[in-house]
Amino acid sequence: MNDTAPFKITDELVAEHGLSGEEYKTLLEILAREPSLTELGIFSVMWSEHCSYKSSRFWLKTLPTTGPQVIQGPGENAGIVDLGDGYACVFKMESHNHPSYIEPYQGAATGVGGIMRDVFTMGARPVANLNALRFGAPDHPKTKHLVSGVVAGIGGYGNCVGVPTVGGEVNFDAGYNNNILVNAMCVGLARTDKIFYSAAKGVGHPVVYVGSKTGRDGIHGATMASAEFDDKSDEKRPTVQVGDPFTEKLLIEACLELMASDAIIAIQDMGAAGLTSSTAEMADKGGVGIALDLDKVPQRETNMTAYEMMLSESQERMLIVLKPGSEHEAETIFRKWDLDFAVIGKTTDTGRMIVTHKGNVEADLPVTVLANSAPMYERPWEATVPPQPILPEWVKAPDNGVLGGLKTLLASHHLASRRWVWEQYDHMVMGDTIVHPGADAAVVRVHGTDKGIAATCDVTPRYVTADPTMGTKQAVVETWRNLTAVGADPLAITDNMNFANPERPPIMGQFVGSCQGIAEACHVLEFPVVSGNVSLYNETNGIGIPPTPAIGAVGLIPDTKYVSDHALKRDGDVLIVIGAENGWLGQTVYQDIFAEKLEGAPPPVDLGDELKAGRLVRSLIREQVTSAVHDVSDGGLLVAIAEMALAGDKGVELFPYEGRQPTHAIWFGEDQGRYVISVQAEDAERILERSRLLDLPARLVARMSGDDALTLTNEGSVPLTELRQVHESWLPELMANP
Amino acid sequence: MLRASVIVFPGSNCDRDVKVALEKSTGFPVNMVWHGDTEVPASDVIVLPGGFSYGDYLRCGAMAAHSPIMRDVVAKAKSGVAVLGICNGFQVLCETGLLPGVLMRNASLKFMCRDVTLRVENADTTFTKCYRKDQVVRIPVAHGDGNYFADSNTLDELEGEDRVVFRYAHSDGTVDKAANPNGSQRNIAGITDASNRIVGLMPHPERLYELPLGGTDGRRMFESALVSMAEAMG
Repeated sequence: MNDTAPFKITDELVAEHGLSGEEYKTLLEILAREPSLTELGIFSVMWSEHCSYKSSRFWLKTLPTTGPQVIQGPGENAGIVDLGDGYACVFKMESHNHPSYIEPYQGAATGVGGIMRDVFTMGARPVANLNALRFGAPDHPKTKHLVSGVVAGIGGYGNCVGVPTVGGEVNFDAGYNNNILVNAMCVGLARTDKIFYSAAKGVGHPVVYVGSKTGRDGIHGATMASAEFDDKSDEKRPTVQVGDPFTEKLLIEACLELMASDAIIAIQDMGAAGLTSSTAEMADKGGVGIALDLDKVPQRETNMTAYEMMLSESQERMLIVLKPGSEHEAETIFRKWDLDFAVIGKTTDTGRMIVTHKGNVEADLPVTVLANSAPMYERPWEATVPPQPILPEWVKAPDNGVLGGLKTLLASHHLASRRWVWEQYDHMVMGDTIVHPGADAAVVRVHGTDKGIAATCDVTPRYVTADPTMGTKQAVVETWRNLTAVGADPLAITDNMNFANPERPPIMGQFVGSCQGIAEACHVLEFPVVSGNVSLYNETNGIGIPPTPAIGAVGLIPDTKYVSDHALKRDGDVLIVIGAENGWLGQTVYQDIFAEKLEGAPPPVDLGDELKAGRLVRSLIREQVTSAVHDVSDGGLLVAIAEMALAGDKGVELFPYEGRQPTHAIWFGEDQGRYVISVQAEDAERILERSRLLDLPARLVARMSGDDALTLTNEGSVPLTELRQVHESWLPELMANP
Repeated sequence: MLRASVIVFPGSNCDRDVKVALEKSTGFPVNMVWHGDTEVPASDVIVLPGGFSYGDYLRCGAMAAHSPIMRDVVAKAKSGVAVLGICNGFQVLCETGLLPGVLMRNASLKFMCRDVTLRVENADTTFTKCYRKDQVVRIPVAHGDGNYFADSNTLDELEGEDRVVFRYAHSDGTVDKAANPNGSQRNIAGITDASNRIVGLMPHPERLYELPLGGTDGRRMFESALVSMAEAMG
C-alpha cells in the first residue's frame, strides 16, 4: 500500500467524495483497513448514485425486461433487440443534465458522444440519434442561452461524427428553470453474430487503452451528477468534460474495423467514472482480476496522479481486452486512424484490481466487492395522490372561437414548431433517413435492405406530475403509438428516469409510481425495457424538477414500402379519427394556455383499447389503405389535423361535431388511444365498420377540401399560410432576441 | 463504363453515401481511396465527399487539402480527370486552389440542414449534363460553412465565363436574398473550373438519388458523369 501518502482521511474528505458517514463505515468494514486516497476516490464514484443506482435499483428490478425479441436486456452498455435476418438494433438513452446546465455546449455534446460509445461498444454502427430536451420557461433569463448552447452542442457533435439526429422533443416549463434535462438516445445497427460484450473472460489477456489521451477533465463528474445544485453550481464547471467528435468518428471506424476481426474478448467505453468503472465492470463480469499500470496510460497533461487518472472522465476513450497475440493487428488499425493505443494492464487470477503508478501500488481492491458492494436503498416513499378528474364544462371555451383557439395553441410554447432546432441537426447523413424529424417517429432504413428502424422518444411531464403511474403509462403508450403511426411493430423501450432528490419521500413516491406505470404498460403491450438510465437530484435549493421519465422506443418496419407519415397527400381523401372521444381537458395544453392552470387528473390510458387501435392502424397501413396517419396527442384532435394539413400543405374541411360534449373539449381534449387516418372516401364506411367490430369508436372527422385552408362549418376558415406563420415563427423569434 | 473513386479523409462522413448513390445511379462499382495513399487508381471521376475532414478544426478543408493523396488528385485534375467536390469536398477544392473562392461561416452562424431549391446555371459541365439550363432542382444542404465568398473581380469572371453551376433560388427560379440560405455571394451554390470538369457545390446530391429518400433530383449529377464519359469515349 502507498502508506507514505501525505494525507489523512477526514470526515470532510469523505463528505467531499459524496459518501455518507454510514457508507464510509461500510467501506472500512469491507476493506478492514483505511483506504488510500485513490481507493477512496474509486469507491466514491462506484458508489455514486450515477454509477450504482443505489436509490433506484430496487424498483428497476420490477420492470419487464424480457421477450422473444430481446437479445440483451439491461445490465450491458445498451439494450439489443432482434430485427430478423441477422440484424440487431442496439439502443439506449442517457441523461447529461447536470453538465448541460453548467456548460450547455460541451455538456450536451459529450452526452451525445457518450451514448454513441455505449452503442458502438457493442458492435453496432450508430445509425440514428434522438434527444429529449427540457428547458425552463421561455422568458427565464437563462433559457435562450441554454437552448442555443445545447442545440449547438448536440448538432456540433452528431453532425461531425456523421450520425443523423432524426428526432426528439423539446419542452419549456418553469419547473426546469434551474435544472434543464438533456437526454440523448442513440440507435445502432449490428449483426446478431457480431455483438460484443464487456465480460473480460480469461486470465493473462492484454488490457488495451484506445482513443484520446487522459486529462484532468471530468474528475468527479459522476459525483456531481449525483447531487443537487445550489447557488454555487457554476463553480462546478471544471467537472464538465470536453468533447471531440472528430476523435469519436475515428474511434467508431477503428473499433468497427477491429470488430470485423476476431481479436476482441471484451470491450467497454470509459464513460462515467472512466477507467475505474470500466475496469471494475469488465473484470467483475469476466470473473477475473485486473492489474493496471498507470504509467502506460496515454496522458494529455503532466504530473497526473493515480487518483486523477482513475477518476478522469476524459472523452472518446475505450478499454479493450484482446486475445493474446492480436495486439499488433489491433495496434495497426488504431494507428491508421491516428488514435492512441497502449497495453496498460492484463487480466489476472487474483480477483483483485491492482493499480500501480510510478512503482507504488495505489489501489488493491477485491473486484467483486468493488463492483457489487454499492449500497442499495429501499428509500421511504409517499405515493402521489392523483387529483379527481374534472368535467370538460369546467374549462371555458376559447374566446376567439375554435379556429382562433387552434391558432393560439399552434403558436404556444408547447406546440410551436421545433424546426429551428432540428434544422441545426444533420438528419440525412448516412443516406437512409426516410421519415424526417417532425413526424410521430423517425425512420431510418437498415442499410442495404428493405427493413426500417422507427425510433421516437416521449413523455408528458404535466401528466406524470399529476399522477406518476398513469402519466408514465401514458409516456410508454405514446411512444408505442408513435411507432405504430409510421407503420412499425413496436419492439422495446429504453427509459431515462429524471427525478429530483430521492431522499425526499414524495419524490421517491413519484419514482416508484412511475416505475409501476412503466411495468404495467410494458407488460400489457409486450414492450420490454432493455436499457435505461436514472438521473436523480435534479433540483436546486430544494426545488425539484417535474418528474420526467423520458421513454425512448424503437420499432421494426418489415418493409419500407409500407412506411407511413402524417403529411396529407391524396386529394379526395377523408379523415377518420379512431378511438374514444370524451373531451378530456384535465392537465392538457388547452387548459394550461386558456385557463392558465393545470388541474384535475390526466387523461386515462386503456391499454386494451390501445392494443386494439394500434393493431388496426398497423393493418390499415400495411394494406396501403391509408395515405397519412397521425397519433393524437398534445393539443388534441384539431391540432393533430392541423399538423397533417401543414405537413402536406393540403386544406381540409372539418365536419361539425354533433355529440354531447362541449365542442372545444372535443377539438382540444387529450383523450388517449386515438389516431387520425387519411383514407379514400369509398373505403371510409368499411374502415368505420372494422373499427366498430373491434368495439373501438371511430368517426369521419374531415375531408380534403382541395383548397389551402382549414375550414369548419359555422366557424369559418383559416388559411394554412396563416397557421404555418404562427406555428413556425414562435421559436425563431424567441431565439432571435437574445 | 465509369471508373469513379471517392477519397476518404479522416472525418469524411458522406463517403459511403456518395459511393452508394454513384453505384445505384450509374451501375458501376466505386473505389474508396484512403487519404494516406499517394496515388488514385485510374479513374474517370474523383469525388471529394462531405464531412468534417480532420474535424475541420482549422479552416474547413484546409488540412485535407494537404493530405498525401491530394497531390495526385490535383495532378489528375490538371491532366483532365473530372473532379466533384461536395460540401466539405467543395471546401477542399477551394483550399487546393482548383476552384476559386472560399466557404465562410453561414451568415446565420448556425449549422443548417434542409432541402433547398437550386437553379441550374450551367448544364454543360461533366456533372450537370443531364439537367437543363434554368431548371429548378431540390437538393438538401447540410453545412455550417457554406457561405461562398470571392472578391468581385473573381465573381465577375466566374459569371462572365459561365462558371456558376448552381444558384440558390425560389421554386419558380427567382434568385434573391430570401432564397439564399447561407449568405453566399450572388447566391452561388456551386461553381466549375474553366474546363467544366471540376465542379464544387455545397448541396448534397447523394441525399436525393432515389424516391424513398424523398426525391431524385440529385441523381442526375451522377448520371451526368456517366453520360459525359460515354460522350468522351465517342
